[in-house]
Amino acid sequence: MGNMKMADPAEAAKKLAVLEPQLAQLQKQADAETDPKKKLKLGKEIEKTRDKIRRAKTGERFSRQTKRDLVAYSFIAPNFIGFAIFTLGPVVFAFVLAFLKWDGNNPMQFAGLDNFAMMFGNKRFMASLRNTIVYCIATVPLTLVTALGLAVLLNQKIKGRNFFRTVSFFPYVASLVAVAAVWNMLFSPAKSGPINMILYNLGVSAKNLPKWSADKDWVMFTVVLFSVWKNMGYYMVIYLAGLQGINGELYEACSLDGANTWQRFLYITWPQLQPTTFFVTIILTINCFKVYDIVYMLAGGSSGVLNESAIVLVYHIYEEAFRNWNLGYASAVAMVLFLIVLVITLFQFRGEKKYAN
Amino acid sequence: MKIQNTKTRTLRVILYVVLIALALVMLVPFAWMLSASFKLDKDVFIFPIQWIPENPRWQNYVDIWNKIPLAKFVMNTVKLTFIVTFLQLLTSSFAAYAFAKLEFKGKNTLFLAYIATIAVPWQVYMVPQFMMMRSMGLADTHLAIIFLQAFSAFGVFMMKQFYEGIPTELCEAARIDGMTEYQIWYRIMLPLSKPSLSTLTIFTFVNTWNDFLGPLIYLTTESKKTLQLGLRMFISQFGSEYGLIMAASVLSLIPVLIVFLSLQKYFVEGVAASGVKG
Repeated sequence: MGNMKMADPAEAAKKLAVLEPQLAQLQKQADAETDPKKKLKLGKEIEKTRDKIRRAKTGERFSRQTKRDLVAYSFIAPNFIGFAIFTLGPVVFAFVLAFLKWDGNNPMQFAGLDNFAMMFGNKRFMASLRNTIVYCIATVPLTLVTALGLAVLLNQKIKGRNFFRTVSFFPYVASLVAVAAVWNMLFSPAKSGPINMILYNLGVSAKNLPKWSADKDWVMFTVVLFSVWKNMGYYMVIYLAGLQGINGELYEACSLDGANTWQRFLYITWPQLQPTTFFVTIILTINCFKVYDIVYMLAGGSSGVLNESAIVLVYHIYEEAFRNWNLGYASAVAMVLFLIVLVITLFQFRGEKKYAN
Repeated sequence: MKIQNTKTRTLRVILYVVLIALALVMLVPFAWMLSASFKLDKDVFIFPIQWIPENPRWQNYVDIWNKIPLAKFVMNTVKLTFIVTFLQLLTSSFAAYAFAKLEFKGKNTLFLAYIATIAVPWQVYMVPQFMMMRSMGLADTHLAIIFLQAFSAFGVFMMKQFYEGIPTELCEAARIDGMTEYQIWYRIMLPLSKPSLSTLTIFTFVNTWNDFLGPLIYLTTESKKTLQLGLRMFISQFGSEYGLIMAASVLSLIPVLIVFLSLQKYFVEGVAASGVKG
């Protein structure tokens, strides 16, 4: 309150002449009031009037609450302005764009539901939807099982536990371009590829060696395998946290009853981990539907163009928007992605209510 | 009892065998990468795999800097990563303080705006976002990548959750002592929130460092490209220069490895917390 300006005394006296009787009356009312709710309301009213009197005396322009609001806004503004312009705006725009026809240069035209109708006639859209779903159906359970298995193993008292945890987590943070480059070499479709060489030496005949990402029947399998390898460490960490939340007494009781390792897992670990499994399934599924770069790097070859055996939803959005400049259509496809994610999120909300207690 | 003991011992042995096998699966690609980065292209695919090359070819690590403007790519990525991480930490912790500890008009509405977008994947609005940035003249600029990454709802959420765990009495006591809200944020909240700041740092750092689709859409001039984009470009242009590709890959992993190993604890805690709280 450094720059307290003195108010014009005549002006202040005028204001006070109105405010002070008001305050007195409010106080009388408050004293007579018995209903606690109304009393509280009157109390607030009194606070406000007092603040007004104080301002009239000192000549300050803003009330205390306004000042508090302004301070709060100044905290939020740096992030919120950026967020509103670069996230909130585009999100709203995306919904509108799905119903427009626009190439980015010429004026936009209203297209109604044309963009959505177009999707179902588009072979690449149908392929991308199918591949994405196949990818999800394969990746989610595989990742879940490996992550859980890994977490259970690494929750034991063993030597080098931290080393094993670090090692399983590292592929997740390692940059995708570099890791995908190694995979492309390890899983080279040629006979000389290291994995194929191993298979060959294990007795797979040369003509039966899989061509991995170069083969349209194997490409999704290769992508799924890679994805499980890269991401399971992340979900393992979530499971580890879940495991550590299980009450140890449950296991003791179970052991006293003579349960073996498998029974302990079945009757304690698995049911106790249900909320975690639910949560992992949800984020895993959402992340799977957003898949793009893994497929792009494993199956895109040098041109980065995905054919119908490997195209995924996000890639379809990308190619339609930034290669063909069908911005409206691309946004319509994005809406399909959004709807899928929304449905999964709604499931999550329902589940959260269920597991909240 | 003796049978029981042998049984547990066998189980232990199996456990270790499984764990070592898994560790190998996780590590072999990296080991192969490192090994191949010291080889001539023609030696990369020799079978059986020669894990330690007889004549390690250090030249690969020299050549890669001349073959592509790798230094430029690294500089660009470092610049972007640092600016984004700094802005993210500063603005999120700032906003989170208001959401967690201050009462003001429109608090719920503003926070709702953040919540509403968290369920919308970036891929859904990347197209209109690009068109908007382009109309602002930001296409093919680093500024676009910064704006893209620096103001995430995720950061605000995470910090808010943490700040809510700090007793409000602490702030009230400071207020009575005459501290302004800015001082409380700087002197009390920031020092207390080191763990969650570290978590946010490592998440933002790794995300920005590894981001691919963002730079792919926005950056077209070669001298502006990031390491990931440059690496990918190199791979598609010189697909058969295996030794060089692997050397570049190893180099691109080193910063992430360092950050990861030094802040690992916070990373794991962050992931775990996201799982427990949902």
